Amino acid sequence: MTKSMTRKLAAAGLGLIVGLTGMATAQAQSEEAQYLPSLVYRTGPYAPSGVGFADGFSDYVTLVNERDGGINGVPIELEECETAYSNDRGAECYERLKNRGDGDGATVMAPLSTGITYTLIPRTREDNIVLHTMGYGRADAAYGPVMDWVFMVPTTYWSSTTVTMQHIADQEGGWENLEGKTIVHAFHDSAYGREPLEVLRGYAEEYGFTLEEMAISPPGVEQRSVWTQIRRMQPDWISLFGWGVMNPTAIRTANSMGIDVSKIIGGIYAAQDDAVEPAGSAAEGYKAVTFHGPGSDYPVYDDLQEYVYDPGLAAGDGSQQGKIAYNRGLINAAYIIEAWRQAQQEFGEGEVMGREETKWAWNQLTITEERTEELGMKGLMPPVDVTCRDHEGGGLALIQQWNGESWEQVTDFMEPDMERVFPLYRESALEYAESEGVEVKECD
Amino acid sequence: MIYRESGQFKTTYAADQAMLPILQDKIFVLAVIALAVALPFLVSNYVIQALLLPFLIYSLAAIGLNILVGYCGQISLGTGGFMAVGAFAAWNILTRMPEMPILVGFVLGALCASGAGVLFGLPALRIKGFYLAVTTLAAQFFLVWLLQRPFFVDYSATGVISAQEIQLLGWTVDSGIDKYLFALAVVVIMALVAKNLVRSSTGRKWMAIRDMDVAAEIIGIRPMMTKLKAFAVSSFFVGLAGILWAYLYLGQLEANAFDIYTSFDVLFMVIIGGLGSILGSFLGAAFVVLVPIFLNIVPGWLGLPLDTAMVSYIEVFTFGALIIFFLIVEPHGLARLWTIAKQKLRLWPFPY
Repeated sequence: MTKSMTRKLAAAGLGLIVGLTGMATAQAQSEEAQYLPSLVYRTGPYAPSGVGFADGFSDYVTLVNERDGGINGVPIELEECETAYSNDRGAECYERLKNRGDGDGATVMAPLSTGITYTLIPRTREDNIVLHTMGYGRADAAYGPVMDWVFMVPTTYWSSTTVTMQHIADQEGGWENLEGKTIVHAFHDSAYGREPLEVLRGYAEEYGFTLEEMAISPPGVEQRSVWTQIRRMQPDWISLFGWGVMNPTAIRTANSMGIDVSKIIGGIYAAQDDAVEPAGSAAEGYKAVTFHGPGSDYPVYDDLQEYVYDPGLAAGDGSQQGKIAYNRGLINAAYIIEAWRQAQQEFGEGEVMGREETKWAWNQLTITEERTEELGMKGLMPPVDVTCRDHEGGGLALIQQWNGESWEQVTDFMEPDMERVFPLYRESALEYAESEGVEVKECD
Repeated sequence: MIYRESGQFKTTYAADQAMLPILQDKIFVLAVIALAVALPFLVSNYVIQALLLPFLIYSLAAIGLNILVGYCGQISLGTGGFMAVGAFAAWNILTRMPEMPILVGFVLGALCASGAGVLFGLPALRIKGFYLAVTTLAAQFFLVWLLQRPFFVDYSATGVISAQEIQLLGWTVDSGIDKYLFALAVVVIMALVAKNLVRSSTGRKWMAIRDMDVAAEIIGIRPMMTKLKAFAVSSFFVGLAGILWAYLYLGQLEANAFDIYTSFDVLFMVIIGGLGSILGSFLGAAFVVLVPIFLNIVPGWLGLPLDTAMVSYIEVFTFGALIIFFLIVEPHGLARLWTIAKQKLRLWPFPY
């Protein structure tokens, strides 16, 4: 009796599995689509930054699918994989997703984390997949001849730091006035926080200001002693490279110590809403450098309203729209889709692009200001011009300021000091090429 | 009936004290190893690179921690830190002395981890239990902080460094299968070492200290040497696991990859798998590494239209519930369930 019961249960279970598998295959059968894997972190300690980005990324893909029917009729199939910002889960996600989808499967990956980027650089090289790291990741990948599969579009930590310095010089009335001043770099005590140090040291030497390097240990929930020291230095300017909870705590602590918050300029990952909102009124006047326009006053938002929000197709709960992380998600998706569009122009419109075609497109990716206007993203998305040599594509960045309620754009897009950073990229990239045995490509 | 030892007579002491005295166990272990070697040629690259490789490496770390916690009874929350020491020491040795054979570099790196383990194990001579947990927790935070100093990354501008390529007698370990086989070889050898170590007089001393340190001291076991030896051996295994993690799985070194959560994960593996069991280390690693990924993939297989965050939450709470379930069903871990299953198999199909 017991036995027959077990058998029945087993049969039912088997039937269920067969049925569900059938359902899954039936769902997968549709027209050819361009597969786009998306590594996101909607959970975990850094979720406040991750959710906005993931929503923006997804909403832009939905917009292109709904409004235009995809790229020249090729729909985009987006698949998310949750990394929780952890390197091992990121690597697992990459392996899981890379061969899904039609055609060659994944052709481009945006890992959304510097740690995951480092893990994926050798893997994507082997698999011939383009790695797009927007702002984060390995700055020297901007030197194209070495890492011809990694793209830093539209900027790097190093370039954006030169924009910060330019802004400081402008405020001081010229580079020559920096002499004798004190600039503090307060940073997340990790590889990320130390990124701009070399660039800043170069400036300090050239213009004769004092650079004070203040490391803040992660996670940075208590920073009183650090900021006491910083106040004693009587800094003229402070560059802040924090991450997660460190940013609002730094701003709040600095404010409570009587440091003028408008003299603090955050790096590109201290420029999101989660850096200022928890700090409340203390953050008023805080500035940060970023690589896209703030806010939602762009024509693309009207389209998003019409095709994505109103029909109820928006990802997430809609609370992220117009925030910094969301805008970053939008433009990241836009760069990826524009690259495919340019690949289609070259290799055949209305076809699914493979890995080789996608890589070709990225190596010549050109998005003019007119094109950003056509996309309804003028001012939101910086124009880029990628060449075989330059994988950053310009490195435009701007300074924004928090007015207590929203981010305001203070400057237009500014050109970075390429003459300063490009030799650094090249030196570091050639070192990498030598240690990894990567062939250095000839560019003409 | 299948699993019955009757008729297997031991005529020598050596045969009686063999690691696997029962024929069925021998066959089973050899079959598992044969399967493990054959596996990469049967399954997809995803399974090798994303599932089996981390499973093997974490098994090694769990064996290491099990020696300390399960056999010697000294708690440690510094596993991640010791893994990091192993990885960074190996990288620095190999970078600064490029002519060094890579395996020698790995062993030296693991020995550095061993040294760090002994250093942070010193408080174990005076304190036990929760107090020791706190000092090893300090080791975790201190070591990860220390390894972020620019000296340890050779002043690299970006601070994150790529692991060197592994080359052995003309064999370059670069594809997924190569990495898997390399890790498998290391883990099999180290597991045999561990298994024999815990059956030796050293292992018995550890267990004596674990079960009652005062009594152990009275019968002539020196607590200092025994405890420090446990720390040294344990950290050697853990350091080696850290090296494999950096060189084979991540391909890069970053101190933050060995954070406190790594330590917790390995401790969970040891507790869920079974304290004081080498097999348990493997079962625990399989549980902690594979089950969350499995839970994350299942909704996709079933075609459930859930959003990413929801899938992730389901994963986390199902995993938590499973941990509680297994620990209620069998507080001695999965290894104990395995032993019970074997005992039942002896009588099967005629239980009385």
